[in-house]
Amino acid sequence: MAILTVKDLTKSFGGLTAVSKVNLELQQGELVGLIGPNGAGKTTAFNLLTGVYEPTAGKITLTKNGVPKEIQGLKPYTVCKDGLARTFQNIRLFKDLTVLDNVRIAMNQNVKYGLMSSFLHLPSYAKAEKELEKKSIELLKIFHLEGKKDEMAKNLPYGEQRHLEIVRALATEPSVLLLDEPAAGMNPAETAQLTELIQSIREQFNLTILLIEHDMSLVMKICERIYVLDYGQIIANGTPEEIKTNKRVIEAYLGEEVDNA
Amino acid sequence: MDNFLQQVINGISLGSIYALIALGYTMVYGIIKLINFAHCDVYMLGAYIGYFCMTSLKLGVFPSLVIAMLACTIIGVLIEKIAYKPLRNATRIAVLITAIGVSLFIEYGTMRFVTANVRAYPPMTGWLAERFKIGNMTITAQQILIVASTIVLVALLQFIVKKTKMGKAMRAVSLDKDAAELMGINVNSTISFTFALGSALAGAAGVLVGIYYNSIDPLMGVIPGLKAFVAAVFGGIGIIPGAMIGGYFIGTVEVFVSGYGNSLYKDAVVFAILIIILIVKPAGLLGKNTKEKV
Amino acid sequence: MKNIFKHKTLQKFISILITYAAIQGLITVGIIDDYWQATLATICINIILAVSLNLITGFTGQFSLGHAGFMSIGAYVCAIITISNPTTVGFIGGIIAGAIAAALIGALVGLPTLRLRGDYLAIATLGMAEIIKIIFLNLEITNGAAGLQGIPQFVNWTWMFVFTVGTVVIIANFLKSSHGRACISIREDEIAAESMGVNTTKYKVISFTMGAFFAGIAGGIYASYFYFLKPDLFGFLKSVDVLVIVVLGGLGSISGSIIAAVLLAIISTFLQSFSEVRMIIYALLLIVLMLFRPQGLMGSKEISLSVFKKIGLKSKRGKEEV
Repeated sequence: MAILTVKDLTKSFGGLTAVSKVNLELQQGELVGLIGPNGAGKTTAFNLLTGVYEPTAGKITLTKNGVPKEIQGLKPYTVCKDGLARTFQNIRLFKDLTVLDNVRIAMNQNVKYGLMSSFLHLPSYAKAEKELEKKSIELLKIFHLEGKKDEMAKNLPYGEQRHLEIVRALATEPSVLLLDEPAAGMNPAETAQLTELIQSIREQFNLTILLIEHDMSLVMKICERIYVLDYGQIIANGTPEEIKTNKRVIEAYLGEEVDNA
Repeated sequence: MDNFLQQVINGISLGSIYALIALGYTMVYGIIKLINFAHCDVYMLGAYIGYFCMTSLKLGVFPSLVIAMLACTIIGVLIEKIAYKPLRNATRIAVLITAIGVSLFIEYGTMRFVTANVRAYPPMTGWLAERFKIGNMTITAQQILIVASTIVLVALLQFIVKKTKMGKAMRAVSLDKDAAELMGINVNSTISFTFALGSALAGAAGVLVGIYYNSIDPLMGVIPGLKAFVAAVFGGIGIIPGAMIGGYFIGTVEVFVSGYGNSLYKDAVVFAILIIILIVKPAGLLGKNTKEKV
Repeated sequence: MKNIFKHKTLQKFISILITYAAIQGLITVGIIDDYWQATLATICINIILAVSLNLITGFTGQFSLGHAGFMSIGAYVCAIITISNPTTVGFIGGIIAGAIAAALIGALVGLPTLRLRGDYLAIATLGMAEIIKIIFLNLEITNGAAGLQGIPQFVNWTWMFVFTVGTVVIIANFLKSSHGRACISIREDEIAAESMGVNTTKYKVISFTMGAFFAGIAGGIYASYFYFLKPDLFGFLKSVDVLVIVVLGGLGSISGSIIAAVLLAIISTFLQSFSEVRMIIYALLLIVLMLFRPQGLMGSKEISLSVFKKIGLKSKRGKEEV
């Protein structure tokens, strides 16, 4: 069953078309890679999917509990509620807040008490907050961050900040997770560890994952299918093996010279 | 009909003043994204410098105007160097708060020296006291002076921004400060130059207002400053022709509200226009919408 | 865990009661005379104003320059109601009606303008406050520029204390809740917050409306204590006054706002007859703070008993390591 379908998605900034007639389809439970050279429009595609940008044209359909819903042009928080969560390429944590708060904020949409209860700290507040903290710590444990729950997010080492981004996205209880270069800036050992973590959260939370990544070892190892984006257009789609040997992909990455040589 | 045309003439005179002040706001905002609250006080200082030139030094109108412009240029550059430059990498709220601080400091500092009393500009003599009658309308020589000076100054500004090397640097820095710096443009001196230009225009506006309305006081800049800022926003902040259009529009609206409606509400109408523009088209009449890069 | 929590709440409660009783005692004995009682009223009003503006600017990150406008709505509504019904019920009703009126205007203004970025919002709120001022200048019921005189005085130390503590507790509680954290996330990174499911518009309006509500309360207390109102009292300078307190105390620190409110009220009392000098000092304070300590006295930290405990623990640990 397709959980996320993107049809003819287009975004123009003035005269520049950053994303042009992109079609994607993610099946329930798949782990799909989105690769392409710098400036190919990968992050723009993510911004369109999550509602940060409004598409110029095209449809995005997200299926939640078997019911398809068109989400293009909706506000990011609505898209998030519908089950699409993301991380950011250039780490956008709430830097001056604690690790725990970063996670708790992402759980905001499911909070079970009203304003009055928050003003007066009524029993419903105490109960819900306790539950919230418990759930947050459970999520943090997956990435071994529970011991640092009271540290400021900005004081975490770089790799852990990337992990926290993923935890925060998970806290919104998504069905589809978009990861924007989760291994950027990590060393091979860290990348290998991250690879395992991504696979394990996919199973544990029954996730469908779309992943932008430049680290080919990671992409080729864990993605079942790969889309290749170049100049805003999908130029190839297939299994890692197929992509590795695809002539257009090699051209896109290495330029025309290879062809002539 | 005559009354209508008379209001238009008055509106254009007042609008010229707003346009001159608005240009300073818009250029500074364009280049460092700061609402320079102190700008309206440079205008006030210009009025006082002109006043002292005419009374204590017994100078004529034109020398006074030039001296006020030069003095305001120096003041504007000093404000930038002392208060804003150290905060180049601070948050925008921090710089805005500093700007409010500088503005209050100039206002109440000036009050210490010249007292809060209203002072009257010396009466104009010679051709500047003339009035011209066309039918039932009156055009004063002062109004002609205001409009003519504005046109000359704006033409000069347009020439500097479009044709000179410094103007090119200003436009480059306002587009992308870092890229401009990499291209060998001295960003600091370009910003200083922008403050210098804006302050000179504000100084001129101060003297012209003194001549036109005949009274000056240390807090005279606050309300016109806000209105000029509204004018800059109306035309599209950062855009020089936008500030002109905005200035004339706000000036005319204000005169018409006083003339045909209730003059007590003239300020409220200007602020209401501001809020409506910000809601309907925050980028202003000539501006383009931009969105933050993620 | 729960016991410790209860214990802490109890400690806080007791220290609040002691503060109340101590000052009440000083008033009864006459050590705090009428002159200093006015300073006390100013302190309470400024605490309410500063904490509520801090909620909007320091915690939610929305720069407002129109706080005096909301205060004036509360002040006039409360004054008009208490003049027509000079009883304690009328006063309480007036203060609450004033706060609700301020909150309504806050929501009305906030809904469209809160989409604006930082400095644009600042100018829009400044414009709004000016419009409110001009309306009060021209209405008959507010007696225009001459203002309202002889407003029945119901506020005493007890009422001021109740309202001040109530404001601080409600806002502090709110900030420690999920809703409050949503507001803080907007300050931290609006785009990330929205992507994590925070309805940023809704929370900005909630924060703005709450801020306006409490500014209205401060206005009501002002009207009732100083029994004289005129529109000029609530101009741009009043908004800047409040901003100075918030910035000095630290954007994002409630205890900072309280400390700064007390400090500046005392300074102003001494400088009462030199209003120009006071403004020059305020202006220099803003500039120097931004240049050398933009985080204010407290940064975004809070003073609480746990801070002292932490310091104690650290020094202990340090000794052990040595």
